[in-house]
Amino acid sequence: MFNALDQVFVNALHWLVGFLPEALRPLVSSLLAVAFVLMVFPGIFAIVTVIERKGLGRIQNRYGPNRVGIPFTKIRLCGFGQFIPDGIKSLTKEDIVPRAADKVVHFLAPVVMLIPVLLAYSVLPFGRNMTITDYDAGLLFFFAVGGAVEISVFMAGWSSHNKYSLLGAMRAIAQMVSYEIPLILSAVTVVMIVGSLNLNNIVAAQNHYTFGIAHWHVFTPWGLLGFVLFFIAALAESNRTPFDLPEAESEIIAGYFTEYSGFKFALFFLGEYLGMFAISGLGITLFLGGWTAPFSFLIWVPSYVWFISKLLGIIFVFIWIRGTLPRLRMDQLMNFAWKFMLPLALINILIAGIWHFMDHDWLRWPVCSTLIVLAYVTLGRGLMQNQKLGKRIYRFAE
Amino acid sequence: MLGEQIIKGMAVTAKNFFASYVSKDRLTTVQYPEERLPQKHHTRQFPFLVYDGDDVQKGLRCVACQICEKECPPKCIYIIKSKDKKVDYKGQMQVYPVTFDIDISVCMSCQICVEVCPFESIKMNTEFELSTDDRFGGLLLTKEQLAKPNSYYQKVHPEAAAESDAVIAAEKAKAEAKAKAAAEAKAKAAATVAEPAPSPAPAATPPPAKP
Repeated sequence: MFNALDQVFVNALHWLVGFLPEALRPLVSSLLAVAFVLMVFPGIFAIVTVIERKGLGRIQNRYGPNRVGIPFTKIRLCGFGQFIPDGIKSLTKEDIVPRAADKVVHFLAPVVMLIPVLLAYSVLPFGRNMTITDYDAGLLFFFAVGGAVEISVFMAGWSSHNKYSLLGAMRAIAQMVSYEIPLILSAVTVVMIVGSLNLNNIVAAQNHYTFGIAHWHVFTPWGLLGFVLFFIAALAESNRTPFDLPEAESEIIAGYFTEYSGFKFALFFLGEYLGMFAISGLGITLFLGGWTAPFSFLIWVPSYVWFISKLLGIIFVFIWIRGTLPRLRMDQLMNFAWKFMLPLALINILIAGIWHFMDHDWLRWPVCSTLIVLAYVTLGRGLMQNQKLGKRIYRFAE
Repeated sequence: MLGEQIIKGMAVTAKNFFASYVSKDRLTTVQYPEERLPQKHHTRQFPFLVYDGDDVQKGLRCVACQICEKECPPKCIYIIKSKDKKVDYKGQMQVYPVTFDIDISVCMSCQICVEVCPFESIKMNTEFELSTDDRFGGLLLTKEQLAKPNSYYQKVHPEAAAESDAVIAAEKAKAEAKAKAAAEAKAKAAATVAEPAPSPAPAATPPPAKP
């Protein structure tokens, strides 16, 4: 029965497709799967916008949105209907294109933003047997399409013909290119251990239990460090605070989408959040066991429930960090990426290698943990060494 | 160690997050239409006209002297004087405003009209929920909308209203004393001189400044 509940979507898809002639089945099956993704993840996006506003409000001791519920009734649903008026508002706003803008590129940028983000979902395993394409180079595909987002950011910044847009795009590209390296290097450790780029195989490798605890990669020393590095890099890749320099509203208005309004702005917003969900989903797949349960006595919970709850948990941490940390300066951002994250990611690859070759030896736990702590402390000291804290000295503007 | 302060900061925000659900005292905002903060002591929004008694026409203190109209910096007051006269609160015959409009979309709540008014007639209101869907007519308040009884003024600004009432009482007493003195003088003159003296003007006070 639990198995039936777990496979309800898969079986429903097979049942629906079964009515069609043989030739049409693969096409319709993939279209239905795509429609499912297009329904579920924008739905999560809608809920997350409300959760984010409420969460930030509570962190700042405010209520946050709590009015909009079911129309024409007194039911307020704690404000969780807020996304509907937000959506209607952004859809009905005037779409302004600057006169000096490069119209075609300006129009294409939000579309180019959304397409690679949605493509990234095609390889993520959302549940048992719930992957749209079982692709052998899934991880590579994910990073390849993820890299295409930078093009759209640059298109938006350049075509707007606005200095703030261009500044935002420059910052965004510098940041995304820098943080893509630790992101990929921290994912490489998983590929080294599992020996496959297929995300289904990566999940399957974590779907074992010892003493009732799952073999998630995050429960190993290299996996923990890899997950932390991946998480920080994912924060930067999705332009979230404290790495929100590309759209730093107090400095450069809204960064690369300053000149966007109405539905195009909504598309950028959607693309950004869907990108965040996709990269969180990848982090879950690589380190947090994908759709598997953390303890063996919980395997009766449907796999997609695990995936979605892990996703919401990660997003909650994203919101928590957004409510806590201030924005970094550009040089701090770059120092952090190149002087701390990159060496640590490289050391982590080494540690993953040591872990692999000390197979079935209990000594690998203390050895790898010590190496990680040593590397972290040394690099952390190095990063903090040249910090000059105190009153700021202006060289030219006295 | 690196990251130590981040953990501390995260703990602080987590504490705020959960405690805001537990203790209502932490929440600094109020749920406005249902919950309201008490208004500030000297709060003032837009002017209104004071009238004594129950009848707006009879009790309106304004005598259409148009000082406020002239002093108003953004020129948001519009007054038309009456042709006839009526008895004012001091018992004298005075003109009254036929039209008294204030455009609150123009008014800047400077209170100069209140300060220049010699008749304690125009005062500041505390009403602030004046939004309307008619941005021309809805924001142009007429005499009928502006007129509020003195009891209302005593309710919204008790101290200022008491001061204003004292001024009016003093003026009334002064006017009565003067009238009494004039009557006495008249009686005396009538008693001493056989022939009747030419009657003095209805009141000794000079008429308000005329444009």
